Formats: sequence, structure tokens, C-alpha cells
Amino acid sequence: MTAAEVSSAAVRPLPTRPAPLLTDDNAFFWEAAIEGRLVVQRCHGCGRLRHPPRPMCPDCLSLEFEVVPLSGRGSLYSYAILHHPRHPAFDYPVIAALVDLEEGIRLVSNLSGVAAAEIEIGMELEVGFEGTENGGAVPVFRPIGAGEGGPS
Amino acid sequence: MSAAGSSFAGKAAIVGIGQTEFSRHAGRTELQLACEAVTAALSDAGLTPGDVDGLVSYTVDPVEETELVRSVGIAEVAYSSRIPYGGGGSMGVLLHAASAVASGAAETVVAYRAIRARSGATRFGGAKVTPSPTSAHAGTTAMQWCMPFGVLTPASWMALNSTRYMHEFGVHSEDIGRAVVQLRAYALTNPAAWGYQRPMTLEDHQASRWIAEPCIHLLDCCQETDGSVAVVITSRERADDLPQLPVAIGAAAGAALFEQEIASDHYRGDLSVMEGSVALARRLFGSFGFDREDVDVAMIYDAFSPILLMQLEALGFCGPGEAKDFVAEGNLGPNGSLPCNTNGGLIGEGYIHGLNLVLEGTRQLRGTAVNQIPDARTVLVTASRTGAILTTR
Repeated sequence: MTAAEVSSAAVRPLPTRPAPLLTDDNAFFWEAAIEGRLVVQRCHGCGRLRHPPRPMCPDCLSLEFEVVPLSGRGSLYSYAILHHPRHPAFDYPVIAALVDLEEGIRLVSNLSGVAAAEIEIGMELEVGFEGTENGGAVPVFRPIGAGEGGPS
Repeated sequence: MSAAGSSFAGKAAIVGIGQTEFSRHAGRTELQLACEAVTAALSDAGLTPGDVDGLVSYTVDPVEETELVRSVGIAEVAYSSRIPYGGGGSMGVLLHAASAVASGAAETVVAYRAIRARSGATRFGGAKVTPSPTSAHAGTTAMQWCMPFGVLTPASWMALNSTRYMHEFGVHSEDIGRAVVQLRAYALTNPAAWGYQRPMTLEDHQASRWIAEPCIHLLDCCQETDGSVAVVITSRERADDLPQLPVAIGAAAGAALFEQEIASDHYRGDLSVMEGSVALARRLFGSFGFDREDVDVAMIYDAFSPILLMQLEALGFCGPGEAKDFVAEGNLGPNGSLPCNTNGGLIGEGYIHGLNLVLEGTRQLRGTAVNQIPDARTVLVTASRTGAILTTR
């Protein structure tokens, strides 16, 4: 390994964000995230979308569902800039967000590519993905038009 | 107070209260703390452990019934139950105890909570990244959808709702701080309180560090407290033979809604309104024969101060978005229209899951509170989705 390669490795550490918890009810969501896809449960019986995942449709009580893609576009419903307490897995402040997706699904996530002073409730957002420990991935959001390169 | 709406109402009374000191390092187990609080409450009631045949607590409490029974010497437990929903369930023990007593399932029930929120294995407000595949008795699994995003603490979960509330109604941090100042003024004179002899101004509030911007400064947060409290409930008839002035459970209710979570409550449509508290108020002020005007003192779960304002609105003491003005007028203080959290609340006194608010409500009705509100006859105790009305009328 050359000195340059060592240096490059040093500035690109492995993700420290904790991996999501996989269960038989939610694994489809996180496995899709690893592939860069944002998905949701759709009831096979009545077509209702639901999140967080659950085994039964609360409308028609069907246990059958499909996993369907979401547009990845939405708007900022609420946020909080988290300063304390601090966990070593994250860089602070953490920008926590509630994102209302076009399809009517709400996600807890993070904002990236936006300065704290520029955050506005209602701002239009689009999804990107960030890695976690153990090779996982999570959907995070950036302002639409914030540029390529993915969330930092 | 007779109860038109529910057969249990008015048939049970609080006859004993007990507590340990509240501290940041109890130096003993939760089990020992519970033993001390339970026996203190029984002594206050003029009863012994042999009189107890019911136990109620919370799913998150670490003290097992079996351990408590063998430590304090209870002979036979006929009824026991635990309340889920975290702190929002804290007043649910009154509903369970009153129902058990009124039905005859038990004669004398002890409600207890023991906690080492500061010195225990994990600090209550600390940052934890490991959710459980099951609820692990926390009442929810929704934290798993927060933790990969660094949303790790009760303050961070509730901040997301609080920011939306502030946005919806033009509420600023100073508006919330004015409520904290009024609560801390009560704590100033309460020797049991963390805030005893610690004055606090709005400037102090604003200068305290951000926990979650733009809604929660450090001084908006309840204390991480070590301690235990216990409450003894028995039948209204038996209460008349006991030494303390009986404090009747005139109403008790719960309201946990579809898609509602505990602290990480992010999936109902409109998060600027605490809809569980709206539903709770509909029940408490519905068929039990009490109106909001009857409430002399309100004890409202203030784990973080923004939810105190939100509950004032949801419970109907003011309209949506009006809590900031209601608070600014000084209504939570001793001369206000709704003296509130007269022990200093969970922010000023300490956090024993909210059950310490029931002890203060009882003291107010006995006339023994350090910040006594004159002629207090009816006290509301609520925590988000559970509540009760205590009365000596």
C-alpha cells in the first residue's frame, strides 16, 4: 500500500452509524435500502400503504402484502437539531427530520446537504442513502436540487 | 363525588403516600428504594404489609412483584398489573387500582415506582443506539426507526413533535421558558425538590445549552432522578377508618390511540396536537361529573416543557395555540387560574415516572403541601394519555 493509499483510507473511515435492527417484519425495508431503493408495504387486499411495517393491514386485516417503491420525494414535516447528549457513532449536531413523502408515508430520518440556518419546514426533499456499520444503509434526505454526489 | 359514567369512580381513595429522598445517586438498589417507599406509604396510611393484597406498577419498572413481596412481607397478592406506554402511562395505576378496589378484586392496592434514572446502568436521558427486537417492556418498538438516525433520547423523540407545534402556532423558546420559570418557583420552596433553593430566571433558561434546537434547552428537561414513590389505595368505606383524610379517585381514564406511539410518537397525522390527551380529557371531563372549572390544582406530566404547553391545550384549559399566552399571564403560578405542578413538577422536583405528581396532588388535597393552594378540593393528575381526578368534595 502506498503512502497516498494509506492517507486516502485514513480520511474515508468506515461508517459508524449503527446498523438498523432487522426482524422478519421489517427486513424488506432495510434490505432494499442497501440496494438504494426506498420501499413501503402495500396491502394486497385493499392497497393501503403502511409504515412502520407490520404484519397485518389495520384496514382489511389481510396478512398479504407487496413491497412497492416510493418516489423518494417529500417535504419536511418537522425537524430538530440535536446537540446533546452525544454518541460517538454520530457527528454533531445531528439534524433529525420527519419527512412526509408524496405517497402519504412519514419517515424519521436525517437531513444532509443543508445548513441549520437554511432548514425550513415544508422544504422539498429527495432521498439518498448512507451506509451503516455492518454493511447496512439508511435513507436520508437532502433539499431537491442540492446537487449530485449524494448526502455527505 | 358520584360517578354517573363509571361504576368504579368515587369508590376508591388514596389513603397513604410514601417516598424516598430524590437524588442523583441513591447508593442502593431499586428494590430497596421501593421497599422504603412502600413501607413509608403504608405507615402513612396506618396499615401494614399484611393489609396489602394488590400491586400495580409499570412495565418498565425494574422491581419485580415477587421480590417486593418477599422483602416487605406481603402475605397474598390477589391482584397485580402493570401499565405500558412509558411515562404517558404513569397515571394508569390509579385507574387499575380504583377498578380493582371497586370490583372487589383487591381491597388494598399499592402503586409503586422505583427508578435510578441517574445512577443506574443507563442514564434515563442518555444516548443509546441499541433497540430491542421486542419492546423489552418499553411499550413500543418504534425506537428502532429512530436510532439509526441518531435520534436516541426521549428529548430527541419529543423534539420532533415540539418543533412542529411551535411552527404551527408561532411559539418560541421564551414562551416555553416562562412555564419553566413558574414551575421552578414552586421547586424553590420544596425541600424534596432538585430545584430547592435554586432560583431560575428566563435568562438562565435561554442561556442554558441546547439539547434539541429550536425547542428544548437543558432547563426544559426533567431531572434524571434516583428514588421511589408509592401510593396506597383502598375502598372509600375502609378509608374512613384510617388516619389520613381520604382522597377519592373521582375519575380515572386512559386513551391510547391508533398509530400513537410512546415518546417516539411520530406517525399520527397532526403532531402539533396531543390527540391522546384530547381523548383523555373527553373521558375525564365527560361522564364523571367534573368540569375543567372544578380543577383547583393541575399536575401535568412535564418530562419536557413543550409538552406541558401542548397538554394545556389538549386538555382544554386553553385553545389550540393559546398556551403561550395562558402561560405568560402567570396562570400556572399560585395566584393563577390553574396552579400547576406545585411541587416543581418533573422538571423542578424530579422524575419518578410521573407518579410523584400523584403524591403532590394528594398533599394538596390533605392541605399539607409546602406550596399549599388554599381550599384545594379537586386535583387533576395527567400524563399524556392517562389521568385521574382526585377530590375531597
